[in-house]
Amino acid sequence: MSPAVRPPEEVLLGFARALRAAGVPVTADRERTYLAAVAAVGLDDQVAAYHAGRATLCASPADLDRHDHVYAEWFGGRSRPPAHGRAWARDVTRAGLAVAEQPTGGTTGDADTVRARASSQEVLRHRDIAAMSRRERDELGALFAALRPRSPRRRAHRHRAARRGSLDARRTLRSTLRRMGEPGEVSRRRRGSRPRRLVLLVDVSGSMSAYADALLRLAHAYCAAGVPTEVFTLGTRLTHVTRQLHQRDPERALVAAGGAIPDWSGGTRLAEGVQLFLDRWGRRGVARGAVVVVCSDGWERDRPEALGEQVRRLAAVAHRVVWVSPHRGRPGYEPVQGGIRAVLPHVDDLVAGHSLAAFEELTDVVARA
Amino acid sequence: MDPRTTFGSASDLGRALSGTGYLADDALATVTWLSLRLGRPLLMEGEPGTGKTALAEALAETMELPLIRLQCYEGIDATQALYDWDFPRQILHVRALEAVEGAATDAREVEDGLFDERFLLARPVLRALRDGPAVLLVDEVDRADDEFEAFLLEVLSTWQVTIPELGTVSAAVPPVVVLTSNRTRELHDALKRRCLYHWLEHPDIQRELAIVARRAPEVSAALADQVVRAVHGIRGDRELLKPPGVAETLDWARALHELGTRDLDTETAAATVGVVVKYREDVERVRGVLDTMLGR
Repeated sequence: MSPAVRPPEEVLLGFARALRAAGVPVTADRERTYLAAVAAVGLDDQVAAYHAGRATLCASPADLDRHDHVYAEWFGGRSRPPAHGRAWARDVTRAGLAVAEQPTGGTTGDADTVRARASSQEVLRHRDIAAMSRRERDELGALFAALRPRSPRRRAHRHRAARRGSLDARRTLRSTLRRMGEPGEVSRRRRGSRPRRLVLLVDVSGSMSAYADALLRLAHAYCAAGVPTEVFTLGTRLTHVTRQLHQRDPERALVAAGGAIPDWSGGTRLAEGVQLFLDRWGRRGVARGAVVVVCSDGWERDRPEALGEQVRRLAAVAHRVVWVSPHRGRPGYEPVQGGIRAVLPHVDDLVAGHSLAAFEELTDVVARA
Repeated sequence: MDPRTTFGSASDLGRALSGTGYLADDALATVTWLSLRLGRPLLMEGEPGTGKTALAEALAETMELPLIRLQCYEGIDATQALYDWDFPRQILHVRALEAVEGAATDAREVEDGLFDERFLLARPVLRALRDGPAVLLVDEVDRADDEFEAFLLEVLSTWQVTIPELGTVSAAVPPVVVLTSNRTRELHDALKRRCLYHWLEHPDIQRELAIVARRAPEVSAALADQVVRAVHGIRGDRELLKPPGVAETLDWARALHELGTRDLDTETAAATVGVVVKYREDVERVRGVLDTMLGR
């Protein structure tokens, strides 16, 4: 069965469907634009048709990567995608957007999983929510429902009418206009406030396994409370789980997040995880002006000073860095552990994260930030 | 001149762009041509300094259309993007009417006179629609809020805006729209669906050499070659906080030319490296890279 004898629309639409199956969000209107674009460049110009597909069906560097894989599979030897400069490959590895659910045996989940660069062994283990008994789950759910996370606030760009504040010339003029030019009461305005973004970096490595579940529940509570929140997990990899946690039901959200995290209870590469977060997301804007909460015991075996350097970079872009260490809650705790000592100079608050009471303290610290 | 039919093919467009000094590769030329032909906005993403904004400028120059630029920022709203009423002048107008004896006294008439075209301050998007054809550059759209994106989507899909006091303004010829984003925030999918997407890479050595020759013709070929190779070496270091863009290459070449440098050596490179990288940590790293590259 040669593809050449099939009508071209069928081949092209089939390609769009295959792309959708590979995880690119191809919608019907995108398919239509794709057909129009290929018709515009002409079917016989395969290179141009290839670029038309990239421009109309994709919307992110990850999509482009998937497109190229599927393109090679679908059109096979008929037309090869033009080779790309090595700069492209470089960006993919650095940005680390893994190709999800490739037919050719991708190992990563659907979330944007960034593979940390070191060679220390990683243990891939998915969290098993089913191991928890029903009673335990209900209890936890009730406890977290009692938590009332509030958003930190920042000064907004826009002004709001106020009784006191600076002169609002525009509104004053407008009311004067309404009276046909007769001067009247002077209006005043003030800057309003908007919720400040919250970024949660949750360490899910083995040493934190007893707390990670509760911390993700806390993250879900923040998402559910409407606080603009981005959640990442750190282990041997950096995983973006915001999308998974944005579900109303905490159990479903946790199962989804657990499924997306490939390195549950594995090893830890904290410094590299924070660095990847900064390079891939943080410095570009996610961490800028945000309240960043790092939930970790600071267990960095090899290079505590590297962790300190990354947290210094983090503090340089974030509005406030809050470090949550479960060990802080223990009586007689002293921050002597190498990693935590290295980060302390750059951290605004160090709070405990071992109990629900500690979480309440954390929500207070975050709301005040 | 209709932007849709100005260029017969992508290679025509590529040639025209190179006439202005913007060297687009085949992929970029094809996608840009498609966006003109299909009348769709072009969404450009990529590392800073890869020429996203310059493309809009080059397009405006080749097509001899005015470039209307809208720089986005946090909190931008319709009054900065679309239109606003010139209140001080409206007040003046009312006062003037009062001062003139026997002028119109009918309130309705006065009001109609107030919301007139001449008191309208047209902001970039309205200007692009009204005074078209034009090239509208919506720069760094990722900095704006979600609400603004929704507003932009509305304009970009209908090519018209409604001013309650005046009526609907629709574009006779839709503007050529280029949106740029640095990916600090994921744009809404609805906006992305409306656009053609292109990811811009740093150019390869040959293309970057051609760019330097075109943009900084005063720099000697030998020096340009050394600078471009050095910059590519620097970009190869993945630990950099911010890899240098084409703009930095051009700045560096010009700076060295101004210094009268004929041959890039370790000392001049170390002295001028601040033109290429802008972080203290990077400066340290790059000095190391340059030492090994130029040490020969």
